[in-house]
Amino acid sequence: MNTAVGLGSGTSDQVFEGSTERFSLRETMSIEVKNIQKKFGEFKALDDVSLDFPTGELVALLGPSGCGKTTLLRIIAGLETPDAGIVQFHGEDATHVHVRQRKVGFVFQHYALFRHMTVFDNVAFGLTVRPRDKRPSKKEIAERVHELLRLVQLDWLADRYPDQLSGGQRQRIALARALAVEPKVLLLDEPFGALDAKVRKDLRRWLRRLHDELHITSIFVTHDQEEAMEVADRIVVLNKGKIEQIGTPDEVYNNPATPFVYDFIGQVNLFHSRVQQGWAHIGDIKLPAPEHNEVHDQAAVTYVRPHDIELQAGPGEGFIPATVDSISTAGAVLRIELRHSLGDNIIHVELPRSQERLLDLRPGAQVYARPTNSKVFLQG
Amino acid sequence: MRISHSHLRRPSKSAWLLIGTGLLCVLLLLVLPLILIVVSAFSSGWKLFVRNLLDADMLAAIRLTLWVALLTVPVNLVFGTLTAWCVTRFEFFGKKLLLALVDTPYAISPVVAGLCYLLLYGNQGWLGSWLDAHGIQVMFAWPGIVLVTIFVTSPYVARELIPLMQVQGSQEEEAAVLLGAGGWTLFRRITLPNIQWALIYGTVLTTARAVGEFGSVAVVSGSIRGQTNTLALQVQLLQQDYNAVGAFTASLLLACIALLTLFLKVLLEYRQRKALKV
Repeated sequence: MNTAVGLGSGTSDQVFEGSTERFSLRETMSIEVKNIQKKFGEFKALDDVSLDFPTGELVALLGPSGCGKTTLLRIIAGLETPDAGIVQFHGEDATHVHVRQRKVGFVFQHYALFRHMTVFDNVAFGLTVRPRDKRPSKKEIAERVHELLRLVQLDWLADRYPDQLSGGQRQRIALARALAVEPKVLLLDEPFGALDAKVRKDLRRWLRRLHDELHITSIFVTHDQEEAMEVADRIVVLNKGKIEQIGTPDEVYNNPATPFVYDFIGQVNLFHSRVQQGWAHIGDIKLPAPEHNEVHDQAAVTYVRPHDIELQAGPGEGFIPATVDSISTAGAVLRIELRHSLGDNIIHVELPRSQERLLDLRPGAQVYARPTNSKVFLQG
Repeated sequence: MRISHSHLRRPSKSAWLLIGTGLLCVLLLLVLPLILIVVSAFSSGWKLFVRNLLDADMLAAIRLTLWVALLTVPVNLVFGTLTAWCVTRFEFFGKKLLLALVDTPYAISPVVAGLCYLLLYGNQGWLGSWLDAHGIQVMFAWPGIVLVTIFVTSPYVARELIPLMQVQGSQEEEAAVLLGAGGWTLFRRITLPNIQWALIYGTVLTTARAVGEFGSVAVVSGSIRGQTNTLALQVQLLQQDYNAVGAFTASLLLACIALLTLFLKVLLEYRQRKALKV
């Protein structure tokens, strides 16, 4: 029996028997893009981008706005034409295949539901526009639509119009509509971008579970690193039309390939330093940088995550003297901002709440900070 | 979206002064003339009104006016829809120029437009002499009147559709194509339902203007009684004949069409506001 694909609310554990059975057997495809170039006027949206999206994976295209991620998605869908390069579906060139024939499921940030049609007609649309000889009968269409509406758990909304639905409901209907035509791949453009925080969290967990059921090759675009971390099998980090890193969420977070990725994924503290024979010197203190053992003397940037810093009340070897600037106790961790003598920037520190009792962390208090883990990138 | 009026304050004294002035202007400039038209048309009794109405020249003018409107409206409906589609859905070289050209009939005086057509299609004109040689008369006949009316009323549909289609964007259409819809299906099932109220509104405006157009038609029609006189020209003609009652009867017809248009306009604006709601 299938497990349910449910939302995090009260109905989440309900089991819809067999509702996903016929979807999980669908044929899906790998996607390859090769040397894609796209310019808008003088603006280079994509600069020689090549990527493989293996069959059945859920991949996130992550990057700041204007990095080219949506353009890449639209090129794969056929909504934009690349200036150069090719798009392949399962090894076959699809660059010049019309959008209509690509069999791509697409979900828009702002849903793009047909506002003058009921939910039922929206989901049925893809089936009703088929040429007469390939169109299922009215009864078959109705069955399929209800099946899909059960899959997204909104069967009871079939007769409503889009403007009578909440944002989260609209996006699930948009997904059902995209799945109705049995797409070979599923593309989602900032699917949760227009939703409020709570709904967004529920919906992205739900999407992950839906993907585990359907195993359809999916790409989703996001600028929210947390979202990408939670949902994707793999993350592609894009910046200024180029790929910065490809990897699992774990690799991207723990082993960022470039300073950009380090900066973009999670909060970081940045220190200007000099690397000499495997040690990064920041003022008086030195941090290990064994990957740069051969470097004689070179300027570098050292990154330290806020949770990779320990604090103690007294001075010690390798500790930076600092004063507490502010502390936030709202949330699961303590967030502390420190002023220090090595530079004019502020050090962000995250500590477990238990430290609150052991240390004096009132603003103005003297503490000593030591990075326990760091990453050094050479400059120039 | 519904606009709430509950926050509006009660008007102060100075506000009443402004409101009063406004109402007075409406009374003097709009309501009184309208009443005058009705009163004058019936000033010599029902019988004369009916006789004026059933006069052969008057009937010919009504027929011609409706005929011109009947030809003009579909042409501009198609032209306006195509223009709006091109301008809001595609980026192309010369788009700004096209938008400016769409507006020219607004900017050019209808009389000037009429004269241009007269020069071009008249017997001495570039095209006119060729057409004349082939036995086709455009000027001082109904084809000329239709041509200038199409020109004068061409922006109405396009100008109604462009802002609406810009606001709605093309995502619904993109979604439909991704789901496999062909061009005609796309237009019939997605685009048309979204723009239908604006389209009808544009049609109403086009009709009203086509029926009432005077300046450009006066230049190209030649005002042949019972043949090339539209209702608007008939008003002027009867006025010159010192047939005031007749002139006001024709005016009343035009005024009724205008009032009907106004009513439809208000109704459609209401529907359109509902359609804009996403």
